[in-house]
Amino acid sequence: MEPIEYMRMTRELYESLGHQPYGWLRADSPPPFTRLKKPLSQCRIGMVSTSGAYRVGQQAYHYKDDTSIRAIAKTTPTDQIHFSHITENYLPDPRRDPNCVFPIDTLRTLEAEGFVGEVASDLFSCMGGIYSQRRVREELIPALADNFVRQNVEAVLLVPM
Amino acid sequence: MASALDIVQAGRPPRISFVDFPLGHTVGKPFDPAGQLDIVRRGLLGLETMTHAEQVDMQPVRWADTEEWKAEEWRKGGAGGKDERKPRDETPQYQTETDRILAEGQTKL
Repeated sequence: MEPIEYMRMTRELYESLGHQPYGWLRADSPPPFTRLKKPLSQCRIGMVSTSGAYRVGQQAYHYKDDTSIRAIAKTTPTDQIHFSHITENYLPDPRRDPNCVFPIDTLRTLEAEGFVGEVASDLFSCMGGIYSQRRVREELIPALADNFVRQNVEAVLLVPM
Repeated sequence: MASALDIVQAGRPPRISFVDFPLGHTVGKPFDPAGQLDIVRRGLLGLETMTHAEQVDMQPVRWADTEEWKAEEWRKGGAGGKDERKPRDETPQYQTETDRILAEGQTKL
């Protein structure tokens, strides 16, 4: 069976609710493509999840175009990782096992195996339900990019929820 | 990584590793560390194996023996469904009240 057409699903839902059509991002240029310069087993890997994950003790996300990010140490136990995301209906399983959308144990295992050289010391999250594309481009993405440059990672695993 | 393939493709990332699971499970089923490991490993392997921009790797995983879950997703999220988004304001939405108490006064990062 084919992948679910989520854009069509949302369009039909919005029409049935009488909302304006949702303005999906459609990138207007091809992405840059860079081959790894060394094997994965020698690379430092970063990660960002759009699931709204936060570490207990950090401020949770709010639901009105929150463009902030959270740094979560890769050593954080999963019972200390909680979630706040505008579409909370996707969160029941992540709240039981954060690794569904925030692969912290998974990445640590791959690091221990030597499959990747190293996982960056902090993993990142953001709250993916942001309606302002301008604020994503001007606020969220530069903040994440700055952190990944500072971490000196070779590649980043992007995990949208 | 992607589960909502059409949405992710519209953003044109350099590489896509597609996991045909319901949203909320982009990198695996709950409490399935072996399955989670296979998914993330294969996703990262794309960094070595993919040769051109916007290539999509369809991961050989299934959520269940049948595809009934997709019909259920449509019943919930398509025409006639409910708007399940939460109200939008700038109050932090803690998972628990304890989280709120612990976080008060702390910085974001």
